[in-house]
Amino acid sequence: MALPGSRGIGRRLVIAVPFFWLLLLFVVPFLIVLKISLSQDVIAQPPYTPLLDLSQGWAGLKDFFSQLNFDNYGYVLDWNNEFLNAYGSSLIIAGVSTLLLLLVGYPIAYGMARAPRSIQPTLVMMVILPFWTSFLIRVYAWIGILSQDGLLNQALTALGIIDTPLEILNTDLAVYIGIVYSYLPFMVLPLYSALEKMDGTLLEAAEDLGCPPMKAFWLVTFPLSLPGVAAGALLCFIPAVGEFVIPDLLGGSDTLMIGKSLWTEFTVNRSWTASSAVAVLLLIVLVVPIVIYQNIQARQLEAGK
Amino acid sequence: MAKARTQTIGAVRRTFSPWTDPSATPLIRFENVVKSFGAFTAVNHVSLDIYEREFFALLGPSGCGKTTLMRMLAGFEEPTEGRITLAGQDLTGVPPYERPVNMMFQSYALFPHMSVADNIAFGPKQAGMGKGEIAARVEEMLALVKLESFAKRKPHQLSGGQRQRVALARAVANRPKVLLLDEPLGALDKKLREETQFELMDLQQSLGMTFLIVTHDQEEAMTVADRIAVMNHGVLVQVDPPATIYEQPATKYVADFIGDVNIIACKVEGCFGSDLRLATSLTPHPLQVTHSGDQKPGDEVWLAIRPEKMRISLDAPDAAAGNCFEGEIWDIGYLGDLSVYHVELPCGTRIKVSQPNLSRVVERPITWEDKVYVTFTPHAGVVLSR
Repeated sequence: MALPGSRGIGRRLVIAVPFFWLLLLFVVPFLIVLKISLSQDVIAQPPYTPLLDLSQGWAGLKDFFSQLNFDNYGYVLDWNNEFLNAYGSSLIIAGVSTLLLLLVGYPIAYGMARAPRSIQPTLVMMVILPFWTSFLIRVYAWIGILSQDGLLNQALTALGIIDTPLEILNTDLAVYIGIVYSYLPFMVLPLYSALEKMDGTLLEAAEDLGCPPMKAFWLVTFPLSLPGVAAGALLCFIPAVGEFVIPDLLGGSDTLMIGKSLWTEFTVNRSWTASSAVAVLLLIVLVVPIVIYQNIQARQLEAGK
Repeated sequence: MAKARTQTIGAVRRTFSPWTDPSATPLIRFENVVKSFGAFTAVNHVSLDIYEREFFALLGPSGCGKTTLMRMLAGFEEPTEGRITLAGQDLTGVPPYERPVNMMFQSYALFPHMSVADNIAFGPKQAGMGKGEIAARVEEMLALVKLESFAKRKPHQLSGGQRQRVALARAVANRPKVLLLDEPLGALDKKLREETQFELMDLQQSLGMTFLIVTHDQEEAMTVADRIAVMNHGVLVQVDPPATIYEQPATKYVADFIGDVNIIACKVEGCFGSDLRLATSLTPHPLQVTHSGDQKPGDEVWLAIRPEKMRISLDAPDAAAGNCFEGEIWDIGYLGDLSVYHVELPCGTRIKVSQPNLSRVVERPITWEDKVYVTFTPHAGVVLSR
């Protein structure tokens, strides 16, 4: 009788570890940010009104609920304050980047999955290789490539393809290039793992049943790789929406992204409360695709049974 | 109704032998086909004719080239040399999706993201059939394999036997000229496999299609096929109906590959009309066998003789009983319907003799270390020269 019980406790302990981890490093910080977003700015240390004073006991808790303040959300959601534009523009930039990543990443992943088995580990290694250099340094390197007198313009001029240097740096195009470059492994690896698992005889069966290879790709390969597409797209889309470094270094002054707005709000305007509200809203915006992804995964698990 | 159908099939099968008719045109012709992968020759100068409505089996051990031969007909491999024609059309360079040939894959290769109905509809859709026509065809195919109530299921929701039937329905949905079956029953358990073999034969007759099956299971090939091609090392060793393959094997390899056999090395002592006298080290007395070959005295030959073609007894036979080996029981395999006796001869060689267990009670059964006499008639064995 004791054995199943103790095994139950052991199992619960094992499951408790990741839950505790999430609680400590995600839920608690998020609640702090949520709390700050509901406070008001003051010139003090810290620069917001304390909301919850547990030393006051029950009265403190009552104060907390009576003082809840949604002014910051009103401020962020005000059309005059550019935040909504920044959200929209971030979603568009992240969406377009994800599409570009899919277009670039799919052929790479497909080629890797079709390569001889013996060289596939090497190819995977090559995809991961850029991670061995700091992300920041790699983004800085793109400045050297894309600037007016950068490597790209020098090469194109030397080849006689262009007369006047192209203006790429400090435009949205540079942001797209930066995001596609930086996030490519996150797109390629899930796609590769989905394509690599695929049974080649399914394509033979499609061809045998009268389906030319190109069509077989769309009828068989692509639908079967959709879980990989979904995983890759979310792995790229979610961080790209909140991307700060790439638009800051490669983008122009008119490149509007929510990560940059948040940074400005936090450091230039010194408003912890408003920037917390920006962060909370960003999370809410991103929860939607995450829930969709969860759904797809659950359905896959169901199918795998 | 079922009875009547069986009788027609019986009548068809009884008289069906287009390969004996020199005026018949074969449906499929392999003409001197060679297939090499680098230095390895998988199929070596194979010429083979298969006739319409034939149930043809390619039989051989793994790696003998039978699957490669089939894949060349499906179009997944191109012959290195030679050519394949189907109903007079040269298939060289014709891609798989343009060949009127469909294949049932060993792994079934059902599309996991499509329902049973969509899997079956895949071929008709590619052929450009109309919506109503496709629906009718799918229904017909589902009825054919008795899976009407499973149309909406996904392949992973089916049992192995059901998947096998979906694969079959999908492969015949386009009414191909030839259905290729690559080890179609390999994943089924023995009982289901035996049932399905007979279903396949019925299906082939009712569809009037030509079936080409690849298998390494000799019983399966013997059961379903009109003719069997035995392959080894990329070469056709013998192409004949099952009974001929079993009773008149062309070589030691075929005799040994199909069923159980004792192969006895002999030397021809003399020829008397259709009789040969053979000397062997297994017995001091020469063996008398019937043979219509062109052996001369002094030739080295092998006598292939099946265990069930010999009789075993505890009593010495009459001198007139024919050929006789004397030996001692070394081992007995009791299989229920029959017993297999391993008899050790004085020279140390062991031969296998099987005996049906006709009655439930045997007064004095043959048992270990009994001295026994193994007899066989001049017609019991086959004389092979290679």
